[in-house]
Amino acid sequence: MNVIEMNQVTKVFGKHHALDGLDLAVKSGEVFGFIGPNGAGKSTTIRVLLGMLRATNGSATIFGKDVWRDAVEIHRRIAYVPGDVNLWPQLTGGEVIDLFASLQGQMNERKRDELLARFQLDPTKKCRTYSKGNRQKVALVAAFASDAELFLLDEPTSGLDPLMENIFQQCVAEVKAEGKTVLLSSHILSEVEKLCDRVGIIRQGRLIECGTLNELRHLTRMRLTVETRVPIESLASWKGVHSVEQTNTGWAFQADADEMEAIMRKLSEHGIQKIESASPTLEDLFMRHYEETVESRKA
Amino acid sequence: MMKGNFAGTLRLSRFIMRQDRWRYVWWIFGIVAMTIVVPPALDQLYPTEQDREMLAETMKNPVMTAMVGPADLTHYTLGVMVSHQMLLMTGIAVAIMNILLMARHTRSQEEEGRAELLHSLPIARNSQLTASMLVLVGVNLLLALLISIGLYSLSFDSMNWWGSFLYGMALGAIGLFFAGVTAVCAQLAESSRGAVGLSFAVMISTYLLRAGAESVPPFGWLTKVQPYSENNGLAVIALVVGSLVIYFLSIILHAKRDLGSGFLPSRSGRAHASVLLRNPLGLAWRLERTAFISWTIGMLVLAMSYGSVLGDLENFFRSNEMFASLIVADENSSLALQFLPMLMSVLALIGTIPALLAIHKLAGEERRLRLDIILGRAVSRVKLLAAFVALALISGLLMLSFSALGLWLAAKVSMDEPFAFQTVLQASLVHFPAVVVMIAISTCLIGVAPRATGLVWLYLFYGFLTAYLGGLFQFPEWMEKLSPYGYVSKLPIEQMNWLYVGRLLTMAAVLLVSGFNRYNNRDIQG
Repeated sequence: MNVIEMNQVTKVFGKHHALDGLDLAVKSGEVFGFIGPNGAGKSTTIRVLLGMLRATNGSATIFGKDVWRDAVEIHRRIAYVPGDVNLWPQLTGGEVIDLFASLQGQMNERKRDELLARFQLDPTKKCRTYSKGNRQKVALVAAFASDAELFLLDEPTSGLDPLMENIFQQCVAEVKAEGKTVLLSSHILSEVEKLCDRVGIIRQGRLIECGTLNELRHLTRMRLTVETRVPIESLASWKGVHSVEQTNTGWAFQADADEMEAIMRKLSEHGIQKIESASPTLEDLFMRHYEETVESRKA
Repeated sequence: MMKGNFAGTLRLSRFIMRQDRWRYVWWIFGIVAMTIVVPPALDQLYPTEQDREMLAETMKNPVMTAMVGPADLTHYTLGVMVSHQMLLMTGIAVAIMNILLMARHTRSQEEEGRAELLHSLPIARNSQLTASMLVLVGVNLLLALLISIGLYSLSFDSMNWWGSFLYGMALGAIGLFFAGVTAVCAQLAESSRGAVGLSFAVMISTYLLRAGAESVPPFGWLTKVQPYSENNGLAVIALVVGSLVIYFLSIILHAKRDLGSGFLPSRSGRAHASVLLRNPLGLAWRLERTAFISWTIGMLVLAMSYGSVLGDLENFFRSNEMFASLIVADENSSLALQFLPMLMSVLALIGTIPALLAIHKLAGEERRLRLDIILGRAVSRVKLLAAFVALALISGLLMLSFSALGLWLAAKVSMDEPFAFQTVLQASLVHFPAVVVMIAISTCLIGVAPRATGLVWLYLFYGFLTAYLGGLFQFPEWMEKLSPYGYVSKLPIEQMNWLYVGRLLTMAAVLLVSGFNRYNNRDIQG
């Protein structure tokens, strides 16, 4: 069953198409990673789902209900954490958390206190004195202390230090274990890799790729630099090898993940003296996609 | 030593001036203009010595002395009159200017992290403070000179150069004094809001204390200057010396603390929200609580000052046989009663401001991108908007009630034949439908054109013009009827016009419905 369903959703601001026929489906009980560069439409998607923005065209539902018309009803069962948490300077963190909880209609005191301790947040401080990371924690505590069934997290770790990021990941794992659904928007690939069952890539307002991480692996390439005893010839013509460059001492190239085994076998025939590999970054993934669209246009 | 303590100060002064030059220009222009227009106006209103003596008579009571300070009431020349009526009030305006500018140059810089950037450069620890003070010395000096020259150039006989010079310098000195006070407060408080609040508290309490005991600094010293009569230059010097002492105190305090910290630590707040803060209305109230309370007190005090004038008015007319014979014509209503609708209308217009501010807070929340986190919870837009509208309505009602209360209280003390409370309350509450229309206009704007909510202030200002100056300039009636305040019955001297009330409320209902409808159907900024 799909918790979130978006069909051909378009959102136009003036002449700018922020969303351009977006299709998205998030299944019940999964952690869905929503990745894309800045300005790709991640936040717009989430704000449409929240009923803050009215889609120009297309349909969007959460729990089978219309996100615009039934916003309040939907919101009773979801928790939202924005990437940039703006709070009221004159309220304390504790007050804000309680306010959120009561606006939601649910309150779990024990969970709240436990989360405050885990995130090491002092609830008696005025929000004016909080750093970006601490404001983020306020929103995270409020979200995870609720009994929501769906979590909409829009780059929720952007101000957190690595320790806190780790606790955040534990929290996500816990709600997942309880069978809840998470939509996690991010541009940090490692975070998405660790947490997500399925990943969707958004670019220029469209979902250009969607699937499990394994399904997406075929898109990823390793970046390799090698030095061999025997000079390699015709490297560029090997299967699965791309973007070959000759360096002072050897070669630098990209290799398709599914051809890695064959490439390594061939390389070792030349006597590897030194090899370095870098895992593909989100950027590589996008670069790859970008190249493909350019190439397909040429063809 | 000199270099170590003041390195970079001049460069920094130039930088501050460059940033805020237009702010200075507008403040100085406003205060100078406010000062220069008064003498010719008073000269026209009280052209003869006899007229002025009559006014001086009405000033001979403790209420007026408490409000504007002492003066030579036996030789009430134009010059004496100007300084008596205006010096203290203008002094407060200059003090406000200095408080806001000083806090802006010091605490705000620190709060927003800009000071840290600057302090990483080879500049002295004190330089931000010294540079700010230096700039404000310049600003106050310029203001003082422009006022001196301006007053003197009006070339009234009773306003000589020495008096005009002291008038200007006294204002400059009081400004400097409060720049110093704010510099100290900026060391004590941990935020710029705190610094401004603390400085205003000093200003208001010293002003009130001075009403009790004449020589309480700094306002007591300001009224001691008495330009154009006593010409007490020593008082000006005392103010300047006082500000220097305070400024050095701020330097000492500054040297003792860490960047970003304050001497008065920010209290830790509640770990849990109170029962009040558990719904949109509770949040709205919490966000506006301080403004709400201060406006209520402000309205009460303003209405009381109006009320106390009514007593003087009564005496004034009674002591003048010529006027007394004029009033007999209408025995049913005393002359003071004739003035009541005008006073209440001005109070109602001022009381509309906090009501509009209350509803505009919602637009501000949207601009600060704080609505997603509320509306992302189980809160409907209607409920959220309704909370702010409700608070605005309550605010309007409260302001009108407290205006009535303040005016009635003071009138009760100062008048021989005081009004009944009911009369005053009715004369005030009759404005409520007009206030409701103004709130409805703001609501409509928030729904339809959230970026243009400021337009309502222009409309309120138009209301002021027609209500306040309409009589004086004899505007045609249709101009008055373009403002909701033109449909308010002038109780108690007019009959209640229920038809107009009905029209105003219908108008408000239409605006509210369209505002809510649009708000429910538009994108929320984020």
